[in-house]
Formats: sequence, structure tokens, C-alpha cells
Amino acid sequence: MRINDLEKLENEGLERLTSLERRRFLQLGLAVTGVYLGGTILSLTPVAEVQAAELVPEVGQYPYSPHYAMVIREKFCIDCERCMEACVKTNDVPVYGFRTTILERRRTVAGGAHETIFMPVLCNQCNRPPCVRVCPTTATWKDKKTGIVVMKPSRCIGCKTCMTACPYNARYFKEENRAVDKCDFCWESRLSKGEKTTACAEACPADVRVFGDLADTKSRVFELLHTPETIIWVLRPEVGALPNVYYVNV
Amino acid sequence: MNKLLAGVLPQEGGLEASVSGKYTAAIGLCGLLTLVGVAAGIHSLYAGHEHTFGVSREVPWGVLIAAYVFFVVTSTGLCIVSSIGHVFGFKNFNPIAKRAVFMSIATIVAGFLVIAFEIENSWRMPVGNVIGANATSNIWWMGTLYGAYLFFMLIEFVMLQKNDHKTATAFGLAGLLTGVAAHSNLGAVFGLLNAREFWHGPYMPIYFITSAAMSGCVAIIFFTYIAYRANNWKMSSEMEKAMEGVAKVGALMMAVIIFFTCWKMISGISGHPPGKYEAIMTLLSGKYALNFWGGEVMLGMVIPFVIILAVRGKSMPMLFAASLAGMIGIYFMRYDLVIVGQLVPHYHGMGLVDYPELLSYTPSLHENLVVVGGVAFCVMLFLMGEKLFRGHVAEDH
Ligand code: SF4
Ligand code: SF4
Ligand code: SF4
Repeated sequence: MRINDLEKLENEGLERLTSLERRRFLQLGLAVTGVYLGGTILSLTPVAEVQAAELVPEVGQYPYSPHYAMVIREKFCIDCERCMEACVKTNDVPVYGFRTTILERRRTVAGGAHETIFMPVLCNQCNRPPCVRVCPTTATWKDKKTGIVVMKPSRCIGCKTCMTACPYNARYFKEENRAVDKCDFCWESRLSKGEKTTACAEACPADVRVFGDLADTKSRVFELLHTPETIIWVLRPEVGALPNVYYVNV
Repeated sequence: MNKLLAGVLPQEGGLEASVSGKYTAAIGLCGLLTLVGVAAGIHSLYAGHEHTFGVSREVPWGVLIAAYVFFVVTSTGLCIVSSIGHVFGFKNFNPIAKRAVFMSIATIVAGFLVIAFEIENSWRMPVGNVIGANATSNIWWMGTLYGAYLFFMLIEFVMLQKNDHKTATAFGLAGLLTGVAAHSNLGAVFGLLNAREFWHGPYMPIYFITSAAMSGCVAIIFFTYIAYRANNWKMSSEMEKAMEGVAKVGALMMAVIIFFTCWKMISGISGHPPGKYEAIMTLLSGKYALNFWGGEVMLGMVIPFVIILAVRGKSMPMLFAASLAGMIGIYFMRYDLVIVGQLVPHYHGMGLVDYPELLSYTPSLHENLVVVGGVAFCVMLFLMGEKLFRGHVAEDH
């Protein structure tokens, strides 16, 4: 059978698989993700990958408290760039740099028309941040309490390895500080001073950027991410950085 | 102090460097170029890379990193080559060992000089590296191990001068081990970045070590030949044997590198792996095709390989031609490796508007001056070494 044909097969579900059988695969470090043709064809994948693919952590298993996260309601963004302005003002971002920006995607839709989608991007405050791993002097680290990836400018030697390592282009070298600068969910400028949300979320007129504590089951970010049937995605999941910025279209 | 130096500097024997106006002029020119490079470097630290360098937020590593990689690969390679003779006891290789040890020190020092200007706050390193030590960071390991490596190589060199071969061998082995560890970490600096498909994978550390061995062979032929030629020294038959041996090892390493490169390219295009494919195509048929085919493949692999095989390692002028082509080709290899690895933009393949298919980077004047300064500094150390250490001639032992 060709691979293309395989893809068209219907997954018959995992119910018919005995737990003994499943455990056997688990011992091999593989998880069963599908059963086809009455069990003659199994779809297997490494356990680690299944866990990595679970973008949103299980309820009650948030590593941080508060576990800050941002949900971006992508289709509502109108590219007014007020978020960027607010960020620049709040965090002293120089003209040659940015902490957040808006990317633009275009595709042709049925009938020959074009659809334009604006995609706000910022540091994902990754749960497995490559930038933190590579820094030789721990000038950047993941805050133990909040999970925010922060910088200590006076420790930064300016090797720029973190900039090469970040999959999201979220870092730049700020000459004024002689250090790399990045979005910290406004920790320095606002949250640490008692404010409840980031400058960009506050400035957004279209309610695109929803900021909050994922560990709080009553928060809006929690609700958005745990509404049945919503599709949630993150950028470049294949790099395994596990972002805390999620995208939805509701 | 004088007594100490007297123990290290050979007072007699060996080969006497011809003292001529040319020698003084060469030292002067190298010194001047070094000063210009250092001045450009200091100015760029003062004014900020944003204004003086061609690097950007998307392509943060430029030609200085490439030059640094070039120097440390050569240094590690020279250390490997020197150890064949006097750590592992292949006597044939002894005549080149002293010069190789000396040049491995000269090249790594030149590498440090260049990287000091790429790192915007290098003065924070000594303290930051200790109080902030990060065991998961390959850069940290590389820096620390190369520091130790330089220390071991210096002691080895001093012991060689004092004819204390037992201690020299011990430190030579220590230098070799730390050098190889440091060097594979340099490969891992690139190889462990999931976000950069062109680099990502176990290939990098393996490739780095092999190409170090190749660079070491090429470099020792290059420097030995120039030293003998410029001073009108006559090569002993042992030395010619050693050159032949090292050329053959070099050719073998080139064969391995050719093999690696073929498969790297094939695996990069078959099935169009996203991110990697675009980078590989830039080398094969895009903006960097001349660098790749002309620099890396012809100068760096095919020409030296063919020459060495054709003369069976025996004709010194031909070996020099091979090593000259090799040195230039290897420089292209480092440059392409560092730069092309960063050219595929982060959000490629998402159908973004006003978003480059491929990023670009051109070294600025400041950057080029620093690189020239580093090269000049290395050449100056080489020239001074030949005179001070009387042609690095090995005594029998
Ligand atoms: S988005 Fe980039 S800078 Fe932010 S935490 Fe992840 S890797 Fe680090
Ligand atoms: S540039 Fe600064 S923060 Fe980034 S890896 Fe280097 S020392 Fe760490
Ligand atoms: S402020 Fe809101 S709507 Fe405007 S560009 Fe930013 S995210 Fe989009």
C-alpha cells in the first residue's frame, strides 16, 4: 500500500486495542496514535513527541503560578499597530528594534479574491526556551515563579547566541543597554508594579491580545484555551520550544 | 626574566632567519594592519555594531564569527597534526611538530582577537562566565575549554623548547583532548540549534573535527614552505618526508570531507526538507553558488586533493600550491557555513507578504578590517616565531 493511500484510511479508533497491547508499545517508548484495517496497521509515534504535541498543558499541571500566557485572536487583528506603539513607549524600544510586530499573510480564496490575515508576533515565553539554554552567562533565564523569560542586561556579554537560537526572531541587541532586549510581558515596566496586563493588550482596540494567568481556571486565557471544539495553534511547533503565546480564531 | 627566556629561546643551532629589509617591512606591515584592525574593532564597540557592522537582528553572526571559526579550526587541526608525531609516536611527523604547536597558539590567539570584537561586551566575560556558568550552553563549554587548551599548548611549547619531552607530551595530550572537546562543542553551538535547519543535527560536531584535521595538514604545509622559502633554508630529507606524510593525511581528510559534503547536499535537497532545502539551494545555485563551487569545492577540496595525489606528496612547490588553494577554500567553507545557516528567515513558508524569501548579509568595512587585522596578527606571530625559535627545528629524541 502506498503512503498516500494510507493517509486516506479511516482511523478505527483506539478502543479496540487491549491495554496490554498498548502497554507493550509504551514500554518501547512509543505511543499508539491510530488503528487502521482492524488492527493490521498501527500508527505509532514516540511518546516524547506526543507530549510535545500537547501544546496546552493539562489542567492542574501548569509549571508556573501565575502561569502567564497570551492568547491571540488572530482573525480580529486590523493591523492598526497601536500595540506596537504602546510597547515602544512603555518599554523604551529604540527605532531600530521591536519587541512585538505584526506580520501579514495573504492567500487567494475562492472566487479569485484575496484574504489578508494579520499575525501579531512577540516572544513566546517558551516553556523550553532555546535562548535560555545557549546563554553562556545565564544573562537570560526563565523566571521560576511566573515563567517569563527575563534578561539581566549587566550580565549579557553580547555574544548574540540567543538571537541565533530563538526560532521566533524575538530578540534584538539594544545598543543603549549594551545588552539583548526582548519582550518580558511588560514584567519590568508594568506587572512588577502591580498592573494586571501588558501594554499591547491594553492598547488593542480589537481585543486581539488576551493576557492572563493560565493557572487560574476563571481567567479569560484559560477559558479561551479550554472551550470545546476550538482549534488552538502555536507558531513553529516543530522546533519544540513549547510557546506560551497561543493563536485562536474565536 | 632574562634567565627564564634564555631557557625557552634557543641560543644557537637550528636555522638562522635571514635578517633583511624585507623581513622588517613584513613585520611592520603586519603590525600596522593589526593596529588598524584593532582600532576598527574598538571603534565599533564604542559606536555600537548597529552602526558599524553588517550584522542584523535576523543575521546576528557575521564574518567575524566565520573568521573566528576559521582560526580555531586551524588551531585545533595544527594541534592534531603536531600530536601525531610526539604524542602518538609516529616519528616521521616529528620535524613539523614544533612549528605546528607554535602556530596552533598563534592561530587561536588571532581567533580570540577577532572574536573579542564580535562579542559586544567581551569585558563582561571573565566574571560572567564564572558567576553565571551555564552547563547547557555550548558556547560556555567552548570558551572555557579553549581557554584551558591555550594554557596547555603554551606549556607544551615551553617544555618543547626546554627539551623536556616527557612533560611536553603530557601537556600535548591534555591540549589535544581539550582542543577536540572544545572544537566539537563549537560544532554543537551550531548543531544543537533546532531553529536553524541548515545546522541542526549531529553532523556539525563530526564535520568540524574532520575538517580541523584537514585544515591542520594544509596549514602546516603552508607555513613550513613559506618559512623555508623566504629564508632560503634547505629542507632536510626528514622534513620532506614529514611534509609528504602530512600531505597524504590531508588528502585522506579531504576525501572524507568531500564524502560528507556530497551527502549533506543530497540529504538537503531530497524531499525538500523545509528550511534546509532553501539554504542548500542558495549554495548550489543561488547567491552563494560561486562561493560554494569555486571556493569550497574547487579551491578547498578538488584542487588540493588532485595536486597531492598527482605529485604523491613529493614536490614541495606543488604541495605549497595545494595548501594555498586549501587555505583559501577552507576560509570559504567557514564563511558559508556561518552565514548561509542564518539566511532562511524565521517565518519562511507561511505565505507572508513583504517578507524576504532569503535574508542577506554583507560584511561592513569595520568587519573586514578586523578580519584583516586578525590575519595580519597571525602572520606577524608566525614571522616572529621563525626568527626567535630558529626555524622550530626538532632535536632528535
Ligand atoms: S520566543 Fe525566542 S526569546 Fe522568547 S522564550 Fe522563546 S526562544 Fe526565547
Ligand atoms: S547575547 Fe547576552 S543574553 Fe544572549 S546568549 Fe549572549 S550573553 Fe546571553
Ligand atoms: S493593536 Fe490589536 S488590532 Fe492593532 S495591530 Fe495590535 S493586535 Fe492588531
